[in-house]
Amino acid sequence: MPVSEAAVQLDQARPISERLIKYVLFACGAISIATTAGIIFVLLFETIAFFRRVSFGQFFLDTQWTPLFADKHFGIWPLVAGTFLTSGIAIVTAVPLGLLAALYLSEYAKAGLRRVLKPMLEILAGIPTVVYGYFALMMVTPFLQHLVPGLSGFNALGAGLVMGVMILPIIASLSEDAIYSVPANLREAAYALGATKLSTTFQVVLPSAFSGIGAAVILGISRALGETMIVAIAAGQQPVFTLDPRVPIETMTAYIVQVSLGDTPNGTLEYQTIFAVGSLLFAFTFLLNIVAHRLRKRMAGGA
Amino acid sequence: MKDSGGWISKESIFQMVCLLALALPLLLLFTLIAGTFADGWDRLSWSFLTGAPSRRAASAGLLPAFVGTIMLMFLTTLMAVPVGIGAAIYLEEYARPSRLTSFIELNISNLAGVPSIIYGLLGLELFVRVMHFGRSLMAGAATLALLLLPMVVISSREALRTVPHSMREACYALGGDKWRSIRRVVLPMSLPGILTGIILSVARAVGETAPLVTIGALSFVTFVPTSVWSDFSAMPIQIFNWVSRPQAEFHANAAAGVIVLLSVMLVLNAVAIWLRIRLGRRLQ
Repeated sequence: MPVSEAAVQLDQARPISERLIKYVLFACGAISIATTAGIIFVLLFETIAFFRRVSFGQFFLDTQWTPLFADKHFGIWPLVAGTFLTSGIAIVTAVPLGLLAALYLSEYAKAGLRRVLKPMLEILAGIPTVVYGYFALMMVTPFLQHLVPGLSGFNALGAGLVMGVMILPIIASLSEDAIYSVPANLREAAYALGATKLSTTFQVVLPSAFSGIGAAVILGISRALGETMIVAIAAGQQPVFTLDPRVPIETMTAYIVQVSLGDTPNGTLEYQTIFAVGSLLFAFTFLLNIVAHRLRKRMAGGA
Repeated sequence: MKDSGGWISKESIFQMVCLLALALPLLLLFTLIAGTFADGWDRLSWSFLTGAPSRRAASAGLLPAFVGTIMLMFLTTLMAVPVGIGAAIYLEEYARPSRLTSFIELNISNLAGVPSIIYGLLGLELFVRVMHFGRSLMAGAATLALLLLPMVVISSREALRTVPHSMREACYALGGDKWRSIRRVVLPMSLPGILTGIILSVARAVGETAPLVTIGALSFVTFVPTSVWSDFSAMPIQIFNWVSRPQAEFHANAAAGVIVLLSVMLVLNAVAIWLRIRLGRRLQ
């Protein structure tokens, strides 16, 4: 009975190959865990080496950052201030505009227009950041210099504004998803009670979409903190402890770029500083990403 | 009448404000892109596209960087895409809800939010130093592949999710096993979505500058890379180098480089849209 023999063989072979396939696919998923572990291990390894030579006090209590000079100071605050200044300007620009744009797309735009505008926003989100850096340094800052007296060629204002334009599509797109997922019957209930569209938007739709919008804003902040090329090109390389948006500053990411451009042998203190700065940046963005993930889960599960 | 007239105008004012919030940034961006075209158009020539970087701005060209970017694109895709699709299939088709599954999911969504420069630090330590890849094309591609991976997983999962469950059940009813239903039904049906997601993600990954700068990729490479172990340059790094110089002549080069880079991005996006429409139609 060769046929049934073959069938028996197939039956035995199937579960094994099926299981093998499952394990291979699982391994693909597990690579993501290995990547995260790799990032954390590498950052910790070099950061511990850094803190063997520099004390926590020197890092967190000093307000000067001069590891590349003869008179070395390792106070992280100038870089943190620069990072939060540019990100703050970006967020103040992008959140109101992004939210209003999302409302337009979900509440007012006709289906056809929406189908054109949404992919357009996504393409804009894909413009390389080095291009945004060019815009900031070559066009936006020279224009702003006509309006803002005392604005220097490298500054946080131009870089922050352009960064705001860069993260706007992300905030708009994610907020729009959140607003779009508000059930229609909530809106209809408000209309049935005689509410206008405008008050329905503000009193029913926006509060129901709050978790999702919050997640969008937090992801935008996280993106802004880690953004590198715009600030490396247009904000300067001077770690000054200031919140003045008109003068050259340096962000954490721009510092990592500055050191990477030079020829810094590994094992030196300069080499270790970029991992210490990277660890702090990773910690900030990691916390924000976790909070955003929680909020989005709540959006998917609740409401 | 007056009352309702008042409401309508309030409503339409708000609608106008919303439209402006969407239109103004788009207009600004188009103005900036147009300005860049005006700045760089004169530098765009055959000798610019086929020349190598030079200390003299007027004779500098983009070829090594252009070829570097294309090679990065293929190597990175080759490394990240099979693994990414595999992980997506596992999470969508095989994984049962468990702590491990939700841990992997949390991991992937977190990795997608890790700043690209952090991948650069990982690549610098892991590929350049520990694995001794040097500042080679291989090190750059491996670094970008790690960055690309979560994007591929997320977009492929979305595409797999669009296949109705009834299709899988129909395959089982005809005697197909799980792997066959995935290979013969689920993958072909979700292929347009998967491909579109991959092309858009790859475009984003090869547009990255920060990770390549961090692993120490050079911007002054005067030759086209001959193997994956060669030193290399890439368009974003070359543009960064030109824009960072004080001389205005180099800025024109940067503008011309931006035009070429944006054109490559536009072509990739157009291919993605074309594939989505073309394959989507064939399957229907």
